[in-house]
Amino acid sequence: MTQLALVIDLNVCVGCHACVTSCKQWNTSGSAGPLVDDNPYGADPTGTFFNRVQTFEVGEFPNTQTVHFPKSCLHCEDPPCVPVCPTGASYKRAEDGIVLVDYDKCIGCKYCSWACPYGARELDEERKVMTKCTLCVDRLYDTSIEPERRKPVCVLACPPGARIFGDIHDPESPASMAIAERGGYQLMPEWATQPANHYLPRRRVEMAVHPEDLMRVDNPLQLDGAQPELPQGPGREDFAT
Amino acid sequence: MNPAFSVIFLTTLIGAAQGLFLTLFAAELFGFGLASGEANFLTRGAVVAVVLAGLGLAASFFHLGRPERAWRSAAMWRTSWLSREVIALPAFMVLVALWGLLHAMGSGSTKAVGGLAALAALALFVCTAMIYACIRFIQEWASVFTLANYTLLGCASGAVLAAAMAAQAASALQMPFTQTALAFTLMGAVSRGASLVRNSRLKPRSTVQSAIGIKHPQVVQRAQGFMGGSFNTREYFHGKAAPFLRNLKWGFIALAFVLPAAMLFAALNGATPAWLGSVFVLQYAGLLAERWFFFAQANHPQNLYYQVVS
Repeated sequence: MTQLALVIDLNVCVGCHACVTSCKQWNTSGSAGPLVDDNPYGADPTGTFFNRVQTFEVGEFPNTQTVHFPKSCLHCEDPPCVPVCPTGASYKRAEDGIVLVDYDKCIGCKYCSWACPYGARELDEERKVMTKCTLCVDRLYDTSIEPERRKPVCVLACPPGARIFGDIHDPESPASMAIAERGGYQLMPEWATQPANHYLPRRRVEMAVHPEDLMRVDNPLQLDGAQPELPQGPGREDFAT
Repeated sequence: MNPAFSVIFLTTLIGAAQGLFLTLFAAELFGFGLASGEANFLTRGAVVAVVLAGLGLAASFFHLGRPERAWRSAAMWRTSWLSREVIALPAFMVLVALWGLLHAMGSGSTKAVGGLAALAALALFVCTAMIYACIRFIQEWASVFTLANYTLLGCASGAVLAAAMAAQAASALQMPFTQTALAFTLMGAVSRGASLVRNSRLKPRSTVQSAIGIKHPQVVQRAQGFMGGSFNTREYFHGKAAPFLRNLKWGFIALAFVLPAAMLFAALNGATPAWLGSVFVLQYAGLLAERWFFFAQANHPQNLYYQVVS
């Protein structure tokens, strides 16, 4: 069974919010209708976003790290938001594991948003229905888009490539390989929701510079200091390539 | 959570309706209602119960973004307690209305219909409470106390109303109903007090460390990604300061439990309908505060992601 998901590399994310703006742009232009932007230039703007980038500071000054943390729906394999929906508007697709809301069935009771520990769902104040990340399901199967761009727009927009998209049930997919090789983890494992989206942890980045790297130990000059003879005319190396 | 008055009125009004009906039906099981005036009293009680439940049902529509689609909400009764409540509430109302009608017509099969209505009332208590108790990560709600409180407080409120009605029209029932109301009020006080103690000792299972998966003792949010408001900042926090909650807690303890219990105790030596009626009104106000507090006290783990604007 397929389970599409995002794998987000916290070691790479620079917190530029390109995923946030591209997500808003794509999803506000879609057939489901615009995502509300209420009072956008006023004192108290509010709006619907499927994706947010938050910033956390880890450690105590001066030994701190700034962690930029993108958060959208995690498309849980056991989504607590789905069984509580009284109308069946919230559902998890069997074919690719995407958790979606049928906007035509939603009554806007907000119960699913209470039942999501991650705060991934936002009620659209204009349409009065629950909205959430669709993993750009309207791009994934659109044959009018060239095959390599049939991905969530946040993945395409991310400048440093911190977002990997793929099937985490396929052990050969780049997403699964990244999870397996780099210790990908899930959020709030204590609630056993089995989020499909994974996060790749920060890595300690060190540039190890050894003395040998600065001065070659096998440099023949270190033996006697004799300089090589100057070439007499063109040698073999000059014709090598 | 940010308490919604639609849900506060829904749960308190239908709780009183269920309690009222259960008290009246218990009286019928003990042999009340054979005389003609007595049947009239039960019919009037059924009307009051249906009206209260209807008001609660009407209040619930104000919670919906798309009330015109409310008919869809009975669909997922296999998985959703909310869907089950949507079925149990009208079933309770129809059965109580039928029970009242049979009493008005002098029919003999009232106990069978009343028994079904009592089952519906109990099922409705379970459905309403389980809507909250089944959300495992809202730890303040995920407890058997939620179930006990909804049932006992609804029964207390309804029994007080039944006693007030009996004081006016069925004096034989006034004393047993007053005793029932006092018993349920005291049991509700014990159960709600126990849940307050439990909730004050809760240790949140989710932390900012588990929320973002970084195992370091010191993790502080510096920005939530936007500076305006959003659904996430409005829906999950009541927006009041801690002293307000503390005062409200002592307020509802006084209004819903201490004062009604004292007034009901005084009423054991006989009381006017106005006295018992004012007990109901005072306790109902206390239960509104209790329900507001029930929602406000629930600490949703998603708030871990929205602690600092920037």
